[in-house]
Amino acid sequence: MTSISGRSSTSAERLVAETYRSDWGRLLALLVARTRRLDLAEDALGEAFARASAQWPTAGAPSNPVGWLYTTASRLIIGGLRSEAIHGRKAPLLAVNPNWVAPPAAGELDDLGDERLAVILLCCHPALSRDARSPLALRLVIGTPTAEIARLFLVSPATMAARITRAKKKIVVAGIPLSSPVDEELRVRLADVCRTIYIAFTAGYTPGHGPDLLRIDLAGEAVELASVLHRLVPDAPQVQALYGLLLLQHARRDARVSGGQLVTLGDQDRSLWRHDEMQIGRELVTKLQPDVGYAEELRLQGLIAAEHAKAVISQDTDWTTIAVIYSQLETLTQSPIVRLNRAVAVAESEGPSAGLVMLAGLDRLLPNSHRVHAVRADFARRGGDIELARTSYEAALRLCTNEVESEYLADRLASLIEPVAGPGQ
Amino acid sequence: MKYFILLAGDGELAPFDSQSPEEQQAGMEQHGAFGEACEERSGVEMLGGEALGDGSMATTLRTRGGELSVTDGPFAEAAEQIGGYYVIEAPDLDTVVDLCRILPAYDIDIRPILDLG
Repeated sequence: MTSISGRSSTSAERLVAETYRSDWGRLLALLVARTRRLDLAEDALGEAFARASAQWPTAGAPSNPVGWLYTTASRLIIGGLRSEAIHGRKAPLLAVNPNWVAPPAAGELDDLGDERLAVILLCCHPALSRDARSPLALRLVIGTPTAEIARLFLVSPATMAARITRAKKKIVVAGIPLSSPVDEELRVRLADVCRTIYIAFTAGYTPGHGPDLLRIDLAGEAVELASVLHRLVPDAPQVQALYGLLLLQHARRDARVSGGQLVTLGDQDRSLWRHDEMQIGRELVTKLQPDVGYAEELRLQGLIAAEHAKAVISQDTDWTTIAVIYSQLETLTQSPIVRLNRAVAVAESEGPSAGLVMLAGLDRLLPNSHRVHAVRADFARRGGDIELARTSYEAALRLCTNEVESEYLADRLASLIEPVAGPGQ
Repeated sequence: MKYFILLAGDGELAPFDSQSPEEQQAGMEQHGAFGEACEERSGVEMLGGEALGDGSMATTLRTRGGELSVTDGPFAEAAEQIGGYYVIEAPDLDTVVDLCRILPAYDIDIRPILDLG
């Protein structure tokens, strides 16, 4: 008996989890499209899933789980609208459409492309604060729990919940609409969307502490978001570039941490890379034509990632080509961070002293960054200038605020005591 | 929804008084075009709007510790260049943003007007 009920409860729980994973975003898009009340819809859908978790294991799963969830959520929204009416707040709600409660017809959920895109665009609307857009997109489009989003961005759950609530409130109070822009406006808005997704992705690879050194699982949520977007607008070049770039970068996930330590690209065990994902990413980015603006930025970054993916061992890396792409990226973005990365590529292709020359002026542009000093220290060490390496590691350590990276830098500084051989070229 | 549109001249737009008569005329025409666009757009209605005296004309009221103080304004530096406002009815924020493109190059704050019913 125990084992049977145990098994059936497990399968009901699994059904809730699977439905959450596959249908959260589509259900929310439909609820928002029908009711236009994003704030109520998200809470209602969350509650509907909570009820499913509580009821399905004991009462049995309904024959149409998605329909059950939809109907439960839409009734909760109507309840919310009624209580607003009772409390004397505005009344567009009185026009409750009876059709809202009808569960989606067969195939309707699969045919929600425009609605889902509208929700993504809404989450990335320029009138929302930048730090709320990525969390909101993860939450609403693919249903990432708020506590997990907080973990991704290294803030407390309460802070993240407040940030998301404030953004939802602004959408409703300021009247930010679900819109379906086309042509140039869509292109501009998609750039915002790509930026938003990329921010979420890189947050997952920003070093944190302890077991949360990287939040690779949550970077994967951003890849999922990009994949949804790619399915919705497969022809948009910036979306192809973004999705390709993320696949290429995320394919290195299993090789990025070893024994609780970050492993740099050159030292990664490339047999751990997901070569099938890299192949899809490479096909996406290499067939793109040169573009402008953020789309071009993503394409160039994708091409750099594709070059790394191509190298079977790190010694095979075509640093000359990578340095050329970085120089195009620098011309486009004028970003000192890009220049720093370009310097690393130049040091690899032309030697550490050429890299050192490229670092000139970066201290002024990135006064608070430990990375400029850390990179200079590395070039100096490889070029045999131990004194410059020592002072640079010390400068980097003074600025570095991340424990893990500080440890790495301190190790490097300590290793200078052992005389190093000249540049390995 | 009702929106309050606050027009400030902090950006690229020179203060009205230091504009040439041609620039002033062009600005007035843009306001005229804005009014017409509001009239033509479905769901949009112009509810009001005025030009305001500049920041040096402002009087600021503050209550601190229960005491009302009256001082020479304005109350915030950013508000010095506020030159006027509109109140319009519009279906959503994107519509308001779209209409505001017609106006001279003010820095603009759009605020929803709350219905405190």
